[in-house]
Amino acid sequence: MTLRPLNPNTKNAPAEMYRAVEGLGVWEHRGKVAAVGIGHSPADRRWDGTIEKSLGAYAIIAANKCLEDAGVTAGQIDGVVTVPNGMGDPWGPDRPYFEAPYDTEDGLSGVTADWLVNNVPGLDNVQFKMHGPGCMANAMNVAAQAVGDGLAHTVLVVRATGNMPGRYHQSGTPSGDLTSGPATWEALWGWPGGIPQFGAGFVEYCNKYGSNHDRLAPFVVNLRTNGLLMPEGYYAQNRAEPFTVDDYLNSRWISKPMSMNDCDMPIQNAVCYLLTTAERAKDMKQKPVYILGHATHNGKARSVYQTLEETEEWTSSVANKLYEASGLSPADVDVFNAYDGFTLFTQYYLEAFQWHGVKRGEAHDFYQEDLSVKGPHPLLPSGGNNGSGRTRYWHYTDCIQQLQGRAGPRQVNIKAETAVAGGPLPAGGNWMMFGTSPD
Amino acid sequence: MPKPAPTPDELTKPFWDACNERRLVVQYCSTDQRYQYPPAAVCEACGSGSNLTWREVSGRGKIVTYTIMHDARQRTFHADQPFNIAIIELEEDSAIKLFSNLPGTPIDEVPVGASVQLEFEEVHTGQLVPEWRVVN
Repeated sequence: MTLRPLNPNTKNAPAEMYRAVEGLGVWEHRGKVAAVGIGHSPADRRWDGTIEKSLGAYAIIAANKCLEDAGVTAGQIDGVVTVPNGMGDPWGPDRPYFEAPYDTEDGLSGVTADWLVNNVPGLDNVQFKMHGPGCMANAMNVAAQAVGDGLAHTVLVVRATGNMPGRYHQSGTPSGDLTSGPATWEALWGWPGGIPQFGAGFVEYCNKYGSNHDRLAPFVVNLRTNGLLMPEGYYAQNRAEPFTVDDYLNSRWISKPMSMNDCDMPIQNAVCYLLTTAERAKDMKQKPVYILGHATHNGKARSVYQTLEETEEWTSSVANKLYEASGLSPADVDVFNAYDGFTLFTQYYLEAFQWHGVKRGEAHDFYQEDLSVKGPHPLLPSGGNNGSGRTRYWHYTDCIQQLQGRAGPRQVNIKAETAVAGGPLPAGGNWMMFGTSPD
Repeated sequence: MPKPAPTPDELTKPFWDACNERRLVVQYCSTDQRYQYPPAAVCEACGSGSNLTWREVSGRGKIVTYTIMHDARQRTFHADQPFNIAIIELEEDSAIKLFSNLPGTPIDEVPVGASVQLEFEEVHTGQLVPEWRVVN
C-alpha cells in the first residue's frame, strides 16, 4: 500500500501574510481582530488506532467545543485555517486505512482545512480556506492577518497533532551505512536533527554567562506544576503526579546537557480557536481578546552550527518586530508564554523579550525566583509543552484565558491585560501579542 | 568510532578527493572574500557560483562548544553511545564550523576553547573524512 497524502487542495499562506522584517511599523489591523472561543479535544499519550480517537475526530471535537464556547453556530463561520501536518509520523503506508473520510492521512496524521470543512457538521458557508503549515503559531498569524485583511470575518483556527503507536519519529530515521546530500555534513558525526544543536547551544550559553543545566530545575518543575492546573492538558488528565527537582536532576541524558525532561512529551490532541473581527466579537459569548500584533522570524546559520550569537540576534529581532507591531514595550507585557518544548530554549526568548526586565545572561538567575502562577513572576502559566504535552499551542490557550479572566486556578495574580505567545525555534517561528483592549 | 560513509556528488567531489589526499579544502568566494561550509552551488552572500573556488586551509582550529550524544537518531551510532560531538571553528575564519567526535577525548572532558589539529579517519568505503584531535 502506498502512503495516501493529505488533501492538497488548500494552499499555504503566501509569505506576505507573515510580518517577517523589522521596520513595518504598527500592525495595520492592531486591535481590529479578536480571539474569542477555545475548544480542546481530550489529550492522550498515543493514538490507539480507533477512528474515535484519531486526529480528525479530535479536530471535530475541538471545533464544536470552540463554536459552543464562543456562542457561534457553524453556519456563521466563513473561514478555516489549519496547520495541516501533524508532528508525529504518518499512519501509512504499512498500516491499513479506514473507510472515508479516514481513507487517507487526512484525518489520521494531519487535518487539512478541506477535511475539516467536509466533516464538521454545518460548516456550509466557508469561503476562505488556508493553511499555516508548521505550528499553531503560523496558523494564528495567518488567520489574524486574513481577518484583518477582510478575507474572512469569523475563522476557525485548528491544529491537531498526534503520536502514533511505537517510538516517536523513527520512520525516516537515517540508519544506513551511507549518507548523501546536505545531511552528509551532519550525519557523519551523529548530528542529524535539532537535538544536538540544542544541547551544544546551551553549553555555549552556560559558558558565556556562567550557568549550568541544574539551574533549570526550578523552571521545569514550575512548568510541570502549572501543567497540572491546565485541565485541557495531558498530565492533568492522565498523570496528575507531582514532579520534583530530583525527578529533573535524575532524568536520563539525551544530548547532554539536554535530558529527557527537557523535552516535551508527544501526545495526541487537537485545538480550535475562533478569531473574528473586533466588531463581531462584541456579540459573542466570551470576552474578546484583541490581537495587537504578530511577527515572524526566519534565521539561517552561517555554517553547520547555529551559534549563540545568531540565536540571540534572531530572537531579539523577532521581539523587536512584535513590540513594533503592537506599539508596546517590554514593561507593558503582563503574561508571557514563550515556547518551551525544549526547555533549553526558553531563556533565549525571555531575554529577547526582556519580560520582567530580564536581560541577556540573566534568565537562569530569574529562574531561581518565584515563578508560580500566584507569585510576582508567573512565567509560562500555561505550563507550556513541557507541562501539558507536545502541541505547541497551550501558550495561546493560556494567553486567551488569562486575558478573559477564566484561567481558573492558573489565573495569575499580577495584572493580565496583555500577553505574548509564540515559538517554536530560535531559528524561526511566529509570535503574537494579545490585549484586553483594542487601543 | 564507525561512521557512515559520504556519497560524493558533482558538487562535493573536490572536497572528498582532497580528504583522500589528507587535505582539507573549503569553498571560498573571491568576490566576497568569504569562506563557505558546507559546500553549495553558489555563494550565499552574492548568489553567484562563478567566483567560488576550493581553498586549502591549515587544519588548525578551536573547540567552540559540544554536546554528548546519549540517544542518537541514527542507529549507526547506537553502539558507541555516549559520544562527543564538538563544534570546531577554523583558524582561517571563525564563522566556519565543522563537527568532530574528538577522537582521544573522553566524554565529559571536552576542553572548550582548546586548540585542535585536523586528522583523517577512514570509513568503511575507504573514504577519508575529517576529524579533529585536541592539541596538548
